[in-house]
Amino acid sequence: MKLSHAIFEKNSLVLLIGILIVVSIGGLVEIAPLFFLGSTIEKVQGMRPYAPLELVGRNIYIREGCYNCHSQMIRSLRDEVERYGHYSLAAESMYDHPFQWGSKRTGPDLARVGGKYSDAWHVDHLKHPREVVPGSVMPGYPFLAERKLDASAIAADMKALRLVGVPYTDEMIENAVADLNGQVSPDSKAGKAVLARYPKAQVRKFDGKADEAATEMDALIAYLQMLGTLVDFTTFDAAGPNLR
Amino acid sequence: MRATSEEVIALSGGAAVLVAAGCAALGAVYWLAGLDEVIRFHGALFLVASIGAGLYVMSHPRPGGAGEQKGYMDGPVKFATIAAVVWGVVGFLVGVIIAWQLAFPALNFDLPWTNFGRLRPLHTSAVIFAFGGNVLIATSLYVVQRTCRARLAGYWAPWFVVYGYQIFIVLAATGYLLGSTQSKEYAEPEWYVDLWLTAVWVCYLLVFLGTIWKRKEPHIYVANWFYLAFIVTIALLHIVNNLAVPASLLGSKSYSLFAGVQDAMTQWWYGHNAVGFFLTAGFLGIMYYFIPKRVERPVYSYRLSIIHFWSLIFLYIWAGPHHLHYTALPDWAQTLGMTFSIMLWMPSWGGMINGLMTLSGAWDRLRTDPVVRLLVVSVAFYGMSTFEGPLMSIKAVNSLSHYTDWTIGHVHSGALGWVGMVSFGAIYCLVPWLWKRQGLYSLRLVEWHFWIATIGIVLYITSMWVSGIMQGLMWRAYDHLGFLTYSFVETVEAMHWPYIIRATGGTMFLAGSLLMAWNVWKTVRGDAPVDIKDQPRVAAAPELRGAPLASPAE
Repeated sequence: MKLSHAIFEKNSLVLLIGILIVVSIGGLVEIAPLFFLGSTIEKVQGMRPYAPLELVGRNIYIREGCYNCHSQMIRSLRDEVERYGHYSLAAESMYDHPFQWGSKRTGPDLARVGGKYSDAWHVDHLKHPREVVPGSVMPGYPFLAERKLDASAIAADMKALRLVGVPYTDEMIENAVADLNGQVSPDSKAGKAVLARYPKAQVRKFDGKADEAATEMDALIAYLQMLGTLVDFTTFDAAGPNLR
Repeated sequence: MRATSEEVIALSGGAAVLVAAGCAALGAVYWLAGLDEVIRFHGALFLVASIGAGLYVMSHPRPGGAGEQKGYMDGPVKFATIAAVVWGVVGFLVGVIIAWQLAFPALNFDLPWTNFGRLRPLHTSAVIFAFGGNVLIATSLYVVQRTCRARLAGYWAPWFVVYGYQIFIVLAATGYLLGSTQSKEYAEPEWYVDLWLTAVWVCYLLVFLGTIWKRKEPHIYVANWFYLAFIVTIALLHIVNNLAVPASLLGSKSYSLFAGVQDAMTQWWYGHNAVGFFLTAGFLGIMYYFIPKRVERPVYSYRLSIIHFWSLIFLYIWAGPHHLHYTALPDWAQTLGMTFSIMLWMPSWGGMINGLMTLSGAWDRLRTDPVVRLLVVSVAFYGMSTFEGPLMSIKAVNSLSHYTDWTIGHVHSGALGWVGMVSFGAIYCLVPWLWKRQGLYSLRLVEWHFWIATIGIVLYITSMWVSGIMQGLMWRAYDHLGFLTYSFVETVEAMHWPYIIRATGGTMFLAGSLLMAWNVWKTVRGDAPVDIKDQPRVAAAPELRGAPLASPAE
């Protein structure tokens, strides 16, 4: 033992290479196949890239660190499926750069929160959580309602996402700002264009202030209200390609 | 053939000034042309820090000559030691604040930069990278010199490592407060901060390796294997997990290269090995040097340390998927993660036994020297949390524990009990040794620190067991009609008292660290120790001890 190990103890580069080889094996075996296996790269009907307003909302969700307390991953356990809805599919986060599965539920899972509460509930809850849910320990986010949306970077954001594999078309990127504003302008031409480009997008003024410009509150609620709504689980076949 | 030391020193000084000038220019570009307020602020900060560094280098010409090469280079070690103490207090304080926020949410103040969501990454990064990282840099640069009997490689390079690392910390911390984050836990800093850390880290690796290359000992000591594994593996993990495309080279926002399940697996491959290599392998390096030194006994078993080392680093890297049980990650990957996590129990306890049994023949030190007690209790906590971890990685247990406070309690039994205590022990050893004192200012204060911190940890982890297991059980409770018994918010309300107890435990842990900061400050200042008679011989700097000291044998 002593003899054979001396080579590592007397040559720092041999030790270094030994370490690199030993620590590479586990990661390669566990990570590399995920880029090729059917169950991890399958496409499920209904999934589409985020509409610009939803994307901005998602970035606000990340900025405020919501993922520290809210998961977006319903495990395949009876109580979770009954509490939150169908267990999460890999495909449902296929456009999530980065993923938002979370690791802690100080608050409930949000993977399927879309449509569960009204916009007005979200506005009140985000501003003053305990006025709506007395036992909540969530911080309030009243400042979101005050901040006007800054749309200047949205096209650059979508281009970066296209580089990492999100299928945004040229048309989507050209119309990014129009779509972002269109999603809060129901019954307008721009609003209809959003629906055409992003099926199932919800087009309305989310913060209830119809006459004012879009706020960060609008974007965040637009994101929350679409979470988990894209895949139609009345037609999804769980015993199909998603074998688990 | 060899350049004279004067030439090398001049070269090093010139390079340092050039690097500082280059960084200052980069900072100016981002300050003036940055696309968002975060990157403009960071540009200005970087500019000021670089100008400061450049001026310092220019106003401190090295004397050169033979004197320059003599002895060990302890300036950067001292710098990182002080930084560790300061960041430790800051990191614990932020942890205490967010713990009280969970008990009393009004303490969030509902402002962007004081809300839990932004402070929590500040806490985790401050304690792991700012406190833990500086302890690791300080101890590794101290240990590698002593065990190789060689001065640190480079002249300004070690200073670049310790100073550049603090810049990384400040960029990361201020970024979190301003809402700049990648949202990948323990890897939140944005792309440009990641690039900066990569530069600092590569320099750290080169300084460490360079010192090993200069060694006058034929063998590389076991502590250095662990330090080396920590440095290279963290580099690998950091680079892969942070692969991202910036939306603009002048803006702070980036998008992760991976998405969904691939991103999750990569993140937890990184996340669990931040635990495995940053918080374990690196701190085992501390255990393998400071315990033998402090108790003046050789490491218990040389063979065990070889087995410990290779099996630990091989098995740890597989453990990541246990963070993703019952998720959309394929079952086979979850099972692999669970299996290797359970196997990991063995090398962990092998290492614990090797550390504890080093006290053979010196167990009395546990009673007489509170610094030894800190070191030994840390290893005991290591044993406890490396038993709890494999237990929680079992899928059936994990279905209960995941997403709950049990995980938080587990992390803190490792972080406060193992990483915190072993760091305190090492700092209490290092400070008199580095500043050439007869001993610590007060060993009694160490005693107080030990007990306050230990009670605080016990309060913390027991309250989190109660809160986590209770919440996990409440989530899955069914009534006799087959409906879920509790709404989510009922489970939140049930955790109020455990949260108060946890925050109290954390406050005690913070109080202990303030005692340490005071003690370190008085020792550094050179105040006469108040209880020198009670202090063991090894408390004094090596030069000031009477008899020659036995070095830790392999």
